[in-house]
Amino acid sequence: MPFKPIVLWTDALIYLLLVVIVFFVWYVRSNKHLLEPWRRVGHSTSGMMALTLLVFFITIGLLDTVHFRSAVESNRDTESGTIYSAEVLSLLDVIATPLRTRLEKTYSAPFATHLYTKETIELSDGKQVREFPRLVFGGANLQDPKTQFTADFASRAFIGLSFGIFIWCICAILLITLLASMGGHKFSETLSIIWRNETESPWKYVLLTLALIFSLAGTAITLSAHYHILGTDKVGQDVFYQSLKSIRTGLVIGTLTTLIMLPFAILLGIMAGYFKGWVDDVIQYTYTTLSSIPSVLLIAAAVLMMQVYTETHLELFDTIAARADLRLLFLCIILGVTSWTGLCRLLRGETLKLREMEYIQAAHAFGASHWRIISRHILPNVMHIILITTVMDFSGLVLAEAVLSYVGVGVDPSMISFGTMINAARLEMAREPMVWWPLLSAFSFMFALVLSANLFADSVQDAFNPRIKTSLIRIGKSRQGKQGNKLENKVVVSIIRDSTSP
Amino acid sequence: MTPLLKISNLETIVHKGLKPVRVVNGLTLQIMKGETFALLGESGCGKSMTALSVMRLLPEAGEIISGSVKIGGEDLLLLPESAMRNIRGRRISMIFQEPMLSLNPVLTVADQVGEVLQQHFNLQGIALKERILKILNQVGIPDVPNRMFEYPFQFSGGMKQRVMIAMALAGEPELLIADEPTTALDVTIQAQVLALMSSLQQYNGMAILLITHDLGVVAEMAHQVAVMYAGEIVETAARDQFFRNPAHPYSLKLFAALPGKKKREKGLATINGTMPLLSREFIGCRFADRCDHAWDLCHVSVPEWNEVTAGHQVRCHLFSKNSEYRVESPVKKVEISSQAMSAFQAPTSNPQLLRVTNLKVHFPIHKGLMKRVTGHIKAVDGVSLTIPQGRTLALVGESGCGKTTVGKAILQLIPPTAGSVQYDGLELVGLERKKLREKRTEFQIVFQDPYSSLNPRMRIIDIIKEGINSSDIKFNRGMSGGNPRSLISEEEKVDTLLQRVGLPPDTGWRYPHEFSGGQRQRIAIARALAVNPRLLICDEPTSALDVSVQAQILNLLEELQNSLGLSYLFITHNISVVEYLADEIAVMYLGRIVEQGTVDEVLGNPRHPYTQALLSAVPVIEFESKREIIRLHGDSPSPVNPPSGCHFHPRCHHATSICHTIYPEETAFSPTHITRCYLYSKERNLPHPQMQK
Amino acid sequence: MFNYIIRRIFYAVPILIGVNLVTFALFFVVNTPDDMARMQLGIKRITPEAVIKWKQERGYDKPLIFNAEAEGVTKLTRTIFFEKSVSMFIFDFGRADDGRDIAREITTRMLPSLGIALPVFLLGLLSYVTFALLMTFFRATYIDLWGVVLCVALMSISGLFYIIGGQFLIGKLWHIVPISGYGNGLDATKFLVLPVLIGVISGAGSSIRWYRTIFLEEISKDYVRTARAKGLSERVVLFRHVLKNAMIPILTGAVVIVPLLFLGSLVSESFFGIPGLGSYTIDAINSQDFSVVRAMVFLGSLFYIIGLVLTDISYTLVDPRIKLE
Repeated sequence: MPFKPIVLWTDALIYLLLVVIVFFVWYVRSNKHLLEPWRRVGHSTSGMMALTLLVFFITIGLLDTVHFRSAVESNRDTESGTIYSAEVLSLLDVIATPLRTRLEKTYSAPFATHLYTKETIELSDGKQVREFPRLVFGGANLQDPKTQFTADFASRAFIGLSFGIFIWCICAILLITLLASMGGHKFSETLSIIWRNETESPWKYVLLTLALIFSLAGTAITLSAHYHILGTDKVGQDVFYQSLKSIRTGLVIGTLTTLIMLPFAILLGIMAGYFKGWVDDVIQYTYTTLSSIPSVLLIAAAVLMMQVYTETHLELFDTIAARADLRLLFLCIILGVTSWTGLCRLLRGETLKLREMEYIQAAHAFGASHWRIISRHILPNVMHIILITTVMDFSGLVLAEAVLSYVGVGVDPSMISFGTMINAARLEMAREPMVWWPLLSAFSFMFALVLSANLFADSVQDAFNPRIKTSLIRIGKSRQGKQGNKLENKVVVSIIRDSTSP
Repeated sequence: MTPLLKISNLETIVHKGLKPVRVVNGLTLQIMKGETFALLGESGCGKSMTALSVMRLLPEAGEIISGSVKIGGEDLLLLPESAMRNIRGRRISMIFQEPMLSLNPVLTVADQVGEVLQQHFNLQGIALKERILKILNQVGIPDVPNRMFEYPFQFSGGMKQRVMIAMALAGEPELLIADEPTTALDVTIQAQVLALMSSLQQYNGMAILLITHDLGVVAEMAHQVAVMYAGEIVETAARDQFFRNPAHPYSLKLFAALPGKKKREKGLATINGTMPLLSREFIGCRFADRCDHAWDLCHVSVPEWNEVTAGHQVRCHLFSKNSEYRVESPVKKVEISSQAMSAFQAPTSNPQLLRVTNLKVHFPIHKGLMKRVTGHIKAVDGVSLTIPQGRTLALVGESGCGKTTVGKAILQLIPPTAGSVQYDGLELVGLERKKLREKRTEFQIVFQDPYSSLNPRMRIIDIIKEGINSSDIKFNRGMSGGNPRSLISEEEKVDTLLQRVGLPPDTGWRYPHEFSGGQRQRIAIARALAVNPRLLICDEPTSALDVSVQAQILNLLEELQNSLGLSYLFITHNISVVEYLADEIAVMYLGRIVEQGTVDEVLGNPRHPYTQALLSAVPVIEFESKREIIRLHGDSPSPVNPPSGCHFHPRCHHATSICHTIYPEETAFSPTHITRCYLYSKERNLPHPQMQK
Repeated sequence: MFNYIIRRIFYAVPILIGVNLVTFALFFVVNTPDDMARMQLGIKRITPEAVIKWKQERGYDKPLIFNAEAEGVTKLTRTIFFEKSVSMFIFDFGRADDGRDIAREITTRMLPSLGIALPVFLLGLLSYVTFALLMTFFRATYIDLWGVVLCVALMSISGLFYIIGGQFLIGKLWHIVPISGYGNGLDATKFLVLPVLIGVISGAGSSIRWYRTIFLEEISKDYVRTARAKGLSERVVLFRHVLKNAMIPILTGAVVIVPLLFLGSLVSESFFGIPGLGSYTIDAINSQDFSVVRAMVFLGSLFYIIGLVLTDISYTLVDPRIKLE
């Protein structure tokens, strides 16, 4: 076999998460009342645009999750079997092989053809000059970068852009055909409905977002074949590659932390609220104690101890990747330990309220068992809280990773993440002229990821939280408006309360 | 005489969903100076929205699209917002339904009343304080100089509503809009507040726009009446005209749906269907679909105003000049099918299906450093009652008297502190959990709030199956040995149950939020019936419902009793429901039963002063028979610290020294009629207390 | 009232004991002192003597919980648990790896920490409430809509970027204030301006949005309608009625972190070179000085618990409905 699949701990959990999500989607689709709020999410413009971007990030993250070790040519006999390289690669690594392998000597700016630092170069005539040497890979195809760069850049960018738009057209046609067949309209009709933005879900904006993503991606991919589009870092590694790799780390921290802490938070929160009495006392004591330790300090302490443990038990890990991965998992667990208390408290409060509800009293009157009441009556009615917390926590966790890595208790230094990128780059802040591109790339990627997560979380909350909804409504010509009232003929965002009728 | 308030063609919409909801649709009315104008209607008919439109205080999704609201000739809808602020609180004041929520919790009462005076009269300092004192005294707040600096939470419900009235009066308005001012209050407190409003009106001659759903309150208070249905007024008349001769089929139905003694055994009239969605366009009469007298014309043409007698107008084709059709007696009597009556033969009539003796439920109060138990809330303090098979016992009392706790303690949903609950001879108190679960199929409960009694995340079929699953099957299998019911019969059973409570079988596949309050209550009853109970505890099952829907539920309960031989413990505060439905009645005050007997005995000849006061406080429609309201002063005391002796003595007109010290023993007037009052304990021959005066 | 405070303090003790046990387990049970010594001294060139010396220097050479060799009570007191964990209750934190007394170090570093954290807290609270109130006043308009969008965007930016960006823009590019450092007395102000400013801005997005939700929830309540029905202007309604009610959750939510202000901010202190407790902690983490980290964990929990007690007390001050017996 040319490769040997490797399932790291976090990979396994991600697969588990996928299974859970697929099951959840199937379950929601078969229950009309569960589907209803999701429809509302689907109708939110910002939410769907954010989701489109998120799907893009998730795709990269998943590509980066399929790990394997490739076979190495060995001189020994075939009897001993294939020997696999110690390096664990992912699908993304394979796709981005050029980016991964083309190492420069040290820093180079985005689209640079020369290094960022002067070096002493021995000329052919034996003289030594200090100048910026050419890069090994970046712009290597150019004979004379000064004159050729602009034309080369423009033509490649144009090709990339066209390529991106071409792919987008195919996707758009597929999507519209699908929508047309689902809605029972003709293709052209569907197209014009979408164009006028009269569809229930804002497909127009989804397509626009896709157009933006595809043209950017197309351009970036084409250009990155010949340039370091986001420059290189201190050891000459491509920053664009690093940014892509960081996405998985961010996603893992944002999702697995919640996945790990959810069972505890749900079980303990509901138990505390439902059984009250000493069960409640014990659970409350536990989470008050845990939450009273400032979370950064608890994480720091735990990670320090983890470090000691791994340093003294090096024999347990067969690859660096496995060690880094376990540290990532451990970080997720410890982040989970510090963040479950909030959800647990919320669920306890809600359960306390729910257990007094009359339908639960009615279930008691039937002699229903505790387990039955919890699983059939309480859990479904706190599901929206769990969901909202999960999506709201995601962005916070991605941001937290950066800070923790800065503090020195984040992911393993060998693992590429936004935090390690920033941490490495900030040391060069004082340098004149500044090395700004690793920072900027890390922040832009992180901003895009977190912003889309936040916007998506917002629309989920709007859809699931029945109390206050913010939505755009049209107020027509009002009679008060004629007298110069503030509300004259204006599209306003209005807070619609559910109880508008008396 | 020019009217004080003149609303013409008011149209208000609420933006909700795709289509705007026309909550008020072309409403026209006039209110004269000094008169009380009652706007009567069921929930969702747009009466509150009318009031808010007048004040221009609609919720943000609401909008007035046309019409005019003139007060003294000035059109409020044309005023800029700043000028409107000089109207609100000054020329028109408003009081709201929920006094608990309508007062700012963190400002003192004096601050909140004073605010109006500062805003409209620019009063400051001592003058301000004196005015606040005067106004609060006027609305009957005791000990004003001290209490005015307290916060709303320190006042009882009735007192809060007095404070609301004080705030409304502070601006000396020409018009007071009262939106269901007494709906959230107990009957005895309602009587106090209504009396206060009338006396204030006589004193300063303001007009009142009274918004209510309660015909009794209208009869008591109103000079003019307008009946509102689905966003428009359908009938308007002077009070006497209206009550003597209601004309619109909808008004007639409202009267016919009221429960009462005279309608016992006859069944109540109901209105088919539900109020139409206001988001739709109407081409005919709005009531046509539910009207017994509707003919073709009603569905195609909107009826104009027709005059019945001078000043009595109605929006109905029946009364149009050129209409041939005349209605003689539009009330269709609903007869309970005699079949159903005879279908049931009481199996083994058990005179003591449920026997509760000296039931006590005390909730401990924790205080101090170690959370020691420093006292008890004596929610139920020694209640004894008996329900025979197939009969209905009504447990009557005001809020906080512990009647709901009695119901839950009987079902063992709350563990009783002491006493015994015997069901069919079996002691339930202290019964082990497993045995209790087996027995639970025999007694079920129907709750007050149809919105919180059904799990919103379950289909109706699952809700009803729940009872079958969690009890019936499990235990039947154990008992009858290898005869498990198949799934098919289970679903059949659900269908039968739904039909039994008057719902189509396809209802089962839907979710609770798709149903109206009345339909939900039917589902709740079906759920309870699923396990074939013999005793049903109904905890205020109709108090959250409109009169017409209440009639449907009461009819259903009655029919079920006749066909299935159920026994009911009917917990309620509504006397007319008791008159209609109950066989026996027990009156509760502060955790104890003060009087009990058959309905005729207790309601016909009430002995305990509290029962007398309670009955007299209920507003009645037959206003020819002048009744005297026995006005109770003060509020119901707290069960944490009940008064010594007879709990009722601080509010009692007949209290003597002995009442302060020892709780009275039972006095029996007949084998069934019992009271606990010193008026009867020593000398049976003592004259009737009401005649003493 | 006094009784209540006593009771709350009484409740706090078991929690502190719990925290103490958690830290003890984390620092001494998960990894034995030997492991830590080996880690610190470097795995490769390690000698048993060096490990023993390392342990002796730090007082880690005793048994964990029970000292069988000692006499009487000292069986329990001459242990790591007693000397390192229990002693924290009397604020005896021992010495750091550089030999300095941790307790003294903490007391001198508290002031600079407070120097940043307190202004950030106060200015932040004031400005967030103001902006949230403004957005509530202009609710249902484009001002509100774009305000929310801006808040979400601000929330999505990493805190590190605010610091790095702020340092770069204001300090390095415009040369308005020094980038980092600290001085004594009034001299310190010019060093504090930048971190305080950045601190306020970086918290703006989430806080303003959160406060706005509280205001909006409050404004939909019935008593607001009553106030409007009195003829009060929107301004009076907002400031007199809504603000007063909304301040209850806002203030009590903020009180919890007041004691934690002493601990300063980890990241910004080390970025700006401020000799506060935050940078002290970071340095300790980086140099793996376990005794300092342990002391900070304990102190942090203590302050948090004090914050909880203060929260309860502040409820009684701002909410007339709550009376503590």
